[in-house]
Amino acid sequence: MMMNTGGGNWMTRGQQGDIDEDGTKLYDQRVILRMLRYVGPYKFPVFLAMLAVVVYTGATVAIPLIIAIGIDRYIENGNVSGLNTLAIWFGVVLVVHYAANYTHQVLLARVSQRVIYDLRNDLFKHLQDLPMSFHNRHKVGSVMSRAQNDVYQLQEFLDIVVLSIGDLLSLSGIIAFMLVRDWQLSLLSFASLPILMVIIWVWQKHARPAFLRVRVAISQVNASLAENLDGVRVVQSMNRQRTNMGVFDGLNDRHLQTNLRAQRLASSLMPVVEMFMSFSLAATIIFGGRLVLGGTLGAGQLVQFTLYIQRFYDPIRSLTMQFTQLQRAMASGARIFDLLDTEPDLVDAPDARPMPQIQGAIRYENVSFAYEPGKFVLNDVDLDVEAGETIAFVGRTGAGKTTMAALVSRFFDVVGGRITIDGHDVRDVTRESLAKQMGIVLQEPFQFSGTILENIRYNHPEASDEKVYEAAKAVGLHDHIASLRDGYETMLEERGGNMSLGQRQLVSFARALVADPRIIVLDEATASVDTQTEQLIQQAIGKMLHGRTAIVIAHRLSTIRNADKIVVMEKGRIVELGNHAELVALGGLYAQQHELHARLAASGAKRDYAPTNEFDDEVPGLAPA
Amino acid sequence: MRRILWRITKLAALEKGRLIIAWGSLITASVLFLSVPRLVGNAVDAAVGAEGQGDSGDLVRLGLLVIGVIAARSVFNYGNLYMAEAVSQRVAYRIRNLLYDKLQHLSFAFHDREHTGNLMSKSTVDVEMTRMFVSMGLIRAGQIVLFTAGSATMMMLTDVPLALISLSFAPIIAARAIWASRRMRHMWLQTQIEMGKLTTVLQENLSGQRVVKAFGAEDHEERKFRAQNDEVFNRTFEVQKAQSFNTSLMQIVFWSASGVILWFGGRAVIEGRMTPGELTEFFLYISLLVQPIRMLGFLVNTFARAASAGERVFAVLDADSPVRDLPEAAPIGEVRGHVRFENVSFGYTSREAVRNVSFEAEPGQVTALMGAPGSGKTTLMSLLARFYDPDGGRVTIDGKDIRECQLASLRSAIGIVQQDVFLFSATVAENIAYGREDATMDDIITAARTAQIHDEIMALPEGYETVIGERGVSLSGGQRQRLSIARTLALDPPILVLDDSTSSVDAGTESGIQDAMAEVVKDRTTFIIAHRLSSIQHAGLVIVMQNGEIGEMGSPDELIESGGLFTHVTELQYATSLNGVAAVRMGSPAQRRATP
Repeated sequence: MMMNTGGGNWMTRGQQGDIDEDGTKLYDQRVILRMLRYVGPYKFPVFLAMLAVVVYTGATVAIPLIIAIGIDRYIENGNVSGLNTLAIWFGVVLVVHYAANYTHQVLLARVSQRVIYDLRNDLFKHLQDLPMSFHNRHKVGSVMSRAQNDVYQLQEFLDIVVLSIGDLLSLSGIIAFMLVRDWQLSLLSFASLPILMVIIWVWQKHARPAFLRVRVAISQVNASLAENLDGVRVVQSMNRQRTNMGVFDGLNDRHLQTNLRAQRLASSLMPVVEMFMSFSLAATIIFGGRLVLGGTLGAGQLVQFTLYIQRFYDPIRSLTMQFTQLQRAMASGARIFDLLDTEPDLVDAPDARPMPQIQGAIRYENVSFAYEPGKFVLNDVDLDVEAGETIAFVGRTGAGKTTMAALVSRFFDVVGGRITIDGHDVRDVTRESLAKQMGIVLQEPFQFSGTILENIRYNHPEASDEKVYEAAKAVGLHDHIASLRDGYETMLEERGGNMSLGQRQLVSFARALVADPRIIVLDEATASVDTQTEQLIQQAIGKMLHGRTAIVIAHRLSTIRNADKIVVMEKGRIVELGNHAELVALGGLYAQQHELHARLAASGAKRDYAPTNEFDDEVPGLAPA
Repeated sequence: MRRILWRITKLAALEKGRLIIAWGSLITASVLFLSVPRLVGNAVDAAVGAEGQGDSGDLVRLGLLVIGVIAARSVFNYGNLYMAEAVSQRVAYRIRNLLYDKLQHLSFAFHDREHTGNLMSKSTVDVEMTRMFVSMGLIRAGQIVLFTAGSATMMMLTDVPLALISLSFAPIIAARAIWASRRMRHMWLQTQIEMGKLTTVLQENLSGQRVVKAFGAEDHEERKFRAQNDEVFNRTFEVQKAQSFNTSLMQIVFWSASGVILWFGGRAVIEGRMTPGELTEFFLYISLLVQPIRMLGFLVNTFARAASAGERVFAVLDADSPVRDLPEAAPIGEVRGHVRFENVSFGYTSREAVRNVSFEAEPGQVTALMGAPGSGKTTLMSLLARFYDPDGGRVTIDGKDIRECQLASLRSAIGIVQQDVFLFSATVAENIAYGREDATMDDIITAARTAQIHDEIMALPEGYETVIGERGVSLSGGQRQRLSIARTLALDPPILVLDDSTSSVDAGTESGIQDAMAEVVKDRTTFIIAHRLSSIQHAGLVIVMQNGEIGEMGSPDELIESGGLFTHVTELQYATSLNGVAAVRMGSPAQRRATP
């Protein structure tokens, strides 16, 4: 969980995003094992890469060696032709060095990218398998942060692994070679190394929390800024600028201070590493030099040792900087695998059969449902819908209209009772076969970025262009589309641009028509559109509902009047049921409202639809944001 | 580009002392750095005994000198590293503060145009790029220059021909590094574009999950994602391939230089023109150059990125806000609440919003604004609080043109409950006291009671101390609206604006709010934007907006008489009445309560 840096200004309290909840583990076995499982399929390239690394290490060690040989064997003895031959060998080693270096990096990069690729695909697939209840519970933003930031952290981690593997191996290669070459001098040169290791270990213990605090601090700065931007209209109307500036300056300053502290720590390691390098270098000069004087060591070997020492400390320096990344990767990995391990609790039963061609008779039998345990939004609801009927749900916000519709599509499983379609319990058939025969049009039309054609044809790649045109014609959209410069190939823009809200609604209708569902769920839009589009929408609804069972969360008077059944809901129960005439005759809640309206309308309302400000938002997140 | 970098430099120059320390230690460290190879070379000569006699005392002396020099060097290096960071972090701190203050003062027109995400990326990514320029471009870049020049000089001093041969590759490698990092940057941008598309697929999939599931389109979505994931993989791998190619090449070029030194230098030693120690120096100087030259490409990118990032940052800092205090603006003073709109016209960039609107609200009067969405109701109220300035006409309060009043004083006089409720991540009490920090707990509770939210607050886990918002307890739409009402009531403003502020509140609660409000609105000028007849029953004046103009205006009775108001309301409310059940009612509060 996130580190509490103490205090905490109320402006940003509880605002840190997922990315900041980093653990402090440097090594998480569970994460590493899971990662290794992803590497599994790429054993062969990894094996090849390792071979290349070994060759690379050999070449790295060989270069100073050749220089040493050159000095001791040829230069000392004035052997020019030997030097020439050696130069050729040098060239050969360089080519090998280059080839092995390039090969291992590319191979490992490929594997690491593949691992990330597979991980992303698995995550996405898993998200598709997770039920609606999961998606309602989790904000799009936080799921996105897993799939983006956390995966990115792992990618960074793998990139470091790729770059460091060669370094690490050549480091050990150098140590091994030096030991073989002259173990006494080597030991002297590296005598101080264990001490350095201990220092680095102690250092990272302090440095990691320091860097973590920096990240927490900066995310508080950003959260505070983001909140002020989102709420800028309130801030300005309430004259809070001065106070907020003070609060922000406090956070900004705290970030500066934490950052400077972390930078002091980070910068302090450099002199330490350098000092240890100077010890090694001095040891080599003093003791190696003596050996040379005594004739037991060639001058070239002395040069070779100093070159090794130079190379030796670079990887140590860069690796110490990666501790924080390691720690971040572990935390991210843990979060990703947590998500992957979330059981999709709404799965097909093991013996689920595909749903046969739906006729469209829907039965709710004693249906109860709760989004949260104990808080029932539907209580023992019974309802019969005959094939081909249009049924309209009315009732105030929170009465259970949207839930009634959502249960038929099996977005959720009922808590009590059952729902059958043509006598099949929806839980006994495969979700896909059911969904393929259901259509849905949401109150706020949802578009995918892509062309109009792709949007109408959504999920039905087999549908011919002609079928798409027909659907567009049926909803009265064809002429408008044809008038666009790119026609059906026009890209739909995120907000408005080439299509009005009403036209977008029509695109959703056309999409539903192409899908040709047996049962259609319609959450009627109430946004105000111009009269002409409104008429088109009315006609389109008529076309769409014709010949199918339709469940409508109705807002339009015409839909309500023409429905075969009107279901008046209140507090999770059906309080009245019947067609318009019957309900008016019944003299209940519906009749009361109708009468009231009629009275109000006496002075002459002509139009029969109503832009309403009462959206049904009982299911958070169900309607697109 | 130069202008922008110059502006960043000027900001950095504010940290003059630290800059001088950074540069001073950079120069000292570099000089010390350059002396180490020379010492090692001397040691080799001492060991080999170039002049015939080696001396072990010399070796000890040189060894200790190496330790001393490196010790001194590391201290200065620390100073340089830390100061470079410190200066740049201070610059970033300063820019962040400037941005924050600028952004919260820029008018609504600016915020309508710029999305939060966009502004956030300016204040995070772009500020970071600018900061990098300060630490890398203004300070550490010096190292490259000093190292290159220093090594070259030292090598030249030893042996000019060999120095020239050894260094010949440097310009080539530098050019290549610059070229490569430019190309890599381009490739990275491409990768990011593909990555952005992948993000869009995911985001759409998540926010459209209901459609996806309803259509049984999971497989279709997976294919789509996989295809884009393929693109991302290919691009990323391409970049990494190019990167591997470059790093391998760089390494080998440096090693080749060593080979060349071995070959030519070796001959020189054989021919007696050079000592083995000097040869060693060459090896070491060349390896000193590896890092700086590699950094060159990175540095060029830093300049380019800082220039474009700085441009975006300064564009915000330089943005001109039309809504600001005139030099001669005075505080508005005691407000009686006489509001006049005189021929007010206003248009947003994309459309005209209100045209020639004139009306007058008497002190203490309730004015109701009705009309279809987009007809200009909210715009009028935004003009009243001077979130925008009108294009034509003027708005006066107690006879004073609001443009001649100090903004802060004007806005303190007007309390607005906005249509889109925005609550802050803070406790309930802090949210209610948001605009009035001196509010006592009693004030807060009174406001909450009037807004009919007190009981529900008490039912929260920690009552008024419950944290709400993003990570806290989430409230229903109706609760949020009432909290927002309470927040405005706590201001006790002489002018009160309620913008459709009870739309998500159920009918029973709404009538409670209205009863309580009857008391509140008594001695202030109130504007109510509403759709329900019940919401406007206290109104002395009703204005029905139509396409940016006043369609009808008069007392409720007059409008009911003329039939116009009913036409409007009934059009609006049939289904509302069915779905919101008891929302449309007329009559006295007593009668309303009698309705089931």
